Amino acid sequence: MTTSSYTSDAERTLQLAERIVGPSSRAPRRLSFSVLAAYILLSLGAVVMVVPFIWMILTSLKPAPELVQFAFLPRNPTLDNYVAVLTTSSFGRWYFNSLLVAIISTTSVAFFDSLVGYTLNKFDFPGKNLIFLGILATLMVPTEMLIIPWFTMSVDWGWHVGIMQYWGIAFPGVITAVGIFLMRQFFDGVPNELIDAARIDGVNEFGIWWRIAMPLVKPAVAALCIFNFIGNWNAYLWPLIVASGRQYYTLPVGLSFFRGEAVTEWEKMMTGASLATVPLLLVFIIFQRQIIRGIALTGIKG
Amino acid sequence: MKPKLVRLTLRQRQILWAYAFMAVSLVFFVVIRWYPTILAFNISFRDWNVFEGSGPWVGLDNYADIWKDLFKPRSAVRAAFWNTIRYVVFGVPSQLVLALGVALLLNQITRFSGFFRAVYFIPFVTSFVAVAFVWNWLYAPQTGLINQMLAAVGLPMQPFLNSPDQALPSIAAVAVWRGLGFAIIIFLAGLQQIPEMYYEAAKIDGANRLQMFWRITLPLLNSVIVYLAVLGAISFLRMFDLVQNMTFQGRGGPLKSTTTVVLEVYNEGFASYNMGYAAALTVILFFLILVITVIQLRLLTRRVEY
Repeated sequence: MTTSSYTSDAERTLQLAERIVGPSSRAPRRLSFSVLAAYILLSLGAVVMVVPFIWMILTSLKPAPELVQFAFLPRNPTLDNYVAVLTTSSFGRWYFNSLLVAIISTTSVAFFDSLVGYTLNKFDFPGKNLIFLGILATLMVPTEMLIIPWFTMSVDWGWHVGIMQYWGIAFPGVITAVGIFLMRQFFDGVPNELIDAARIDGVNEFGIWWRIAMPLVKPAVAALCIFNFIGNWNAYLWPLIVASGRQYYTLPVGLSFFRGEAVTEWEKMMTGASLATVPLLLVFIIFQRQIIRGIALTGIKG
Repeated sequence: MKPKLVRLTLRQRQILWAYAFMAVSLVFFVVIRWYPTILAFNISFRDWNVFEGSGPWVGLDNYADIWKDLFKPRSAVRAAFWNTIRYVVFGVPSQLVLALGVALLLNQITRFSGFFRAVYFIPFVTSFVAVAFVWNWLYAPQTGLINQMLAAVGLPMQPFLNSPDQALPSIAAVAVWRGLGFAIIIFLAGLQQIPEMYYEAAKIDGANRLQMFWRITLPLLNSVIVYLAVLGAISFLRMFDLVQNMTFQGRGGPLKSTTTVVLEVYNEGFASYNMGYAAALTVILFFLILVITVIQLRLLTRRVEY
């Protein structure tokens, strides 16, 4: 494939993702029967998507005896469940852990994936194809196959004890093949002439990448960061295995252990679930366009 | 130009820069991706217990054990493989049909389409564990919202997660619900790429909506459908989070009716410390995913001409 077709390809994806989230370009249709039916069906579906979360929040605001009386809204709304859950469990700490791990890996991914993607796109060096294939091939291996080796490695190198657990949780995701693949394509949009001009002006290679190329692929980097942050924030299987101390659990792992403590106290479980999801839901509501565009970008390309 | 100790040609300097840029990442891929992949194969040929260091080489014994277990009537692994197939067979088509339906409806409307798109996407950003909690509560016997609603309209209450027959579809439905938003977005992208003129031409030829759907929309969405089917199949093959958090003590019950391959990997490897056996299971999973991916590549290289 030639470079120019890649360029248009990357640009087309960007435009497409923009079209999906952007305002509709078509003129509003007259309210026909089929349009009305579409609205009714979509609304019914929307209820199914949202009611579980509303029910979760409403339950968390109910005192325990109210759970057996069937009423949608709490009669005596209370924050007691939140006080109880926050004082008896380590939710604050789990938040901090999840945030820390997600920030470490997202920052690292943004830096290294872009750098390698740029190198694979703009440089010519021996072994280039082999390296690219070697990176892409790792996409074929599911995480589940690596957890046992990762665990034995973490035990050997002490990554499952004490403060090193943060690294233990984060290390599998600090560089990603998907991100490199994605960034390699998006750097096609950066004209080679611009890079050559900077070279002639005496900017060093690192400076060219960081100050000239990177600003031009900001939307792609943002998409990568969003995709990665959500993935890390919700990661479960590996953190469950490697985090051995309660203080080092991430939010999903802590939440899962919390289930063992609260057993059938549904109001407590829904409080825990609300604590874990509501902040993320708020972030989603504020940034929903950017997030959907980001997922669309990575989804279409990846 | 400043004088240098070693004068390099431009090309040599470029090569050095390239490798300097990739150095950390290359180490990462070798140590964190390639080496563990080989190690996984290696462990699968050994009787490995993590706390005793490397175990003795036992050849294909672990695979032979899995093969034997597959024919034992009540073995967990037999249940795991069958259930995993059920998750794929139940989950993938329902996800595709529902997502395509919603995407087509979203394409019909102009007002509020952004709002609906966001609403359908909400579950995708929340964690499986929290989602599992919420649905445990919705499915709860007697007091759960769904059973209360069934009772309110005079239908019999259902056991859902407590029944060996209903538990698996109930969990698969949650996975479909959570992943729907993503599939909708990808379908929307596919629909956007179909040129409007095809529909106009079909209209002039007197085609009705159903004909346009079968003759234009569906064939032109072919590659999107294959992509989503493969992605969906892989994610259902890897089912773990929901099952672990929606069954009693995360055991994949009742009566192993919801357990999956990955749940057994977790139980064998990290509860029984039977690492060799667990590694052999993951190798089988790897080959299953590989086969599906190869099929995808085959199907997608047969490109649809516009």
